[in-house]
Amino acid sequence: MDPLADMGGSPGWGPAKVPTPDEPPFGEPWEGRSFAMTVLTMGRISGRNLDAFRYALERLDPVSYLADGYYGRWLNAAELMLQDSSILAPGAVDARARRLAGEDVDEPAFPEPQKPDYAPTGPGSLREIEGPPAFAVGDAVRTTSTPRPQGPSKLPGYVRGRRGTITAVRPGHLLPDTHAVFRGENPQYVYTVGFPSTELWGDDAEPFTLHVDLFESYLAKISEKEADR
Amino acid sequence: MTDAPPRRPEPAQRTEALESLLVERGLIDPAVMDKFIKTYEQDVGPLNGAQVVAKAWTDPEYRERLLAEGTSAIKELGFGGPQGEHIVVLEQTDDVHHVVVCTLCSCYPWPVLGLPPSWYKDPAYRARVVREPRTVLREMGLDVPADKKIEVWDSSSEVRYLVLPQRPAGTEGWDAEALTPLVTRDAMVGVAVVAAP
Repeated sequence: MDPLADMGGSPGWGPAKVPTPDEPPFGEPWEGRSFAMTVLTMGRISGRNLDAFRYALERLDPVSYLADGYYGRWLNAAELMLQDSSILAPGAVDARARRLAGEDVDEPAFPEPQKPDYAPTGPGSLREIEGPPAFAVGDAVRTTSTPRPQGPSKLPGYVRGRRGTITAVRPGHLLPDTHAVFRGENPQYVYTVGFPSTELWGDDAEPFTLHVDLFESYLAKISEKEADR
Repeated sequence: MTDAPPRRPEPAQRTEALESLLVERGLIDPAVMDKFIKTYEQDVGPLNGAQVVAKAWTDPEYRERLLAEGTSAIKELGFGGPQGEHIVVLEQTDDVHHVVVCTLCSCYPWPVLGLPPSWYKDPAYRARVVREPRTVLREMGLDVPADKKIEVWDSSSEVRYLVLPQRPAGTEGWDAEALTPLVTRDAMVGVAVVAAP
């Protein structure tokens, strides 16, 4: 099953919000503090990375994902990353919150930290790749249709097993599928792939083109005959 | 049947608790957090992107560089950093309307637009703009003419997209400084156009 975070095309969310001018970045002070702690947690404190953060978001249960909005979701993912690296024990945050509110509750002991054994080969998420890209602009491709793997993936469910056309070749990226879980950087070319809306949503779809950035291993070249079918 | 799990403390209380735990372990410096928060409240916001757009409107050579190599052209104005490793600029034209989303999380080009607004992070936008963009844009207050093609960009990698809106009528002869305040965050994501002054 696709995680809740993989939202493209899913029904039942109601109308889009109408933008308001000059919305501040943080609606309440705790949102700013949650933002800052999350960013520091995904690097320095837990030894985890940006892809691990996104994977932590994907693993949240629906209440933890939705109930407290965007920065509540970040806070919950930061807590999960800190537990993954044994910086904090499960339940430590709630116990401390109750103590700060004056309740007499026991707090779990701090565990022995176990950070991932990982040193990035460079800054950021982009890497030079030695070989040439497998696909060129204009190539017809199909996205993999195998069921979503157990671990992290950046292939949105709504484009799985669909036919599209390469519209741009992008720089090499660390592969989130392995980088998020510390099984290697495995950089790959990323391609922008264009899909006609009817390929995704059927003949009655609003006419438009959807572009999405996909990793090389998610794609296979197809013949013109198959592309036109 | 099991009892419902006890309700967790409110997010404001949990945030305070997490900070208290990390400070106690010597893992975080509240002053560093303050600086970080201030940066995104005061320095890194849509005004950066508006300056990029206004320069592109008034300097044809810059516009060409911006469309060919977004990241380096944006760097010329001093903007770069986290969530801006590779920025691609999409130009609105008489024939094509671009709109940007991140369906998997809420990826957004921080160096030029700051942190994302609530409508961009909202499930309704993330779920629906890749399925019925014309309807969603109409709900948000933008009627895209029927003869204009719509192109939707789902930023599912580290590539970040900035929309270069069309320059509004009635601004002939204006310089970049005068044009900058007209450019809105919403127009640089593609859910609005820049209104004539």
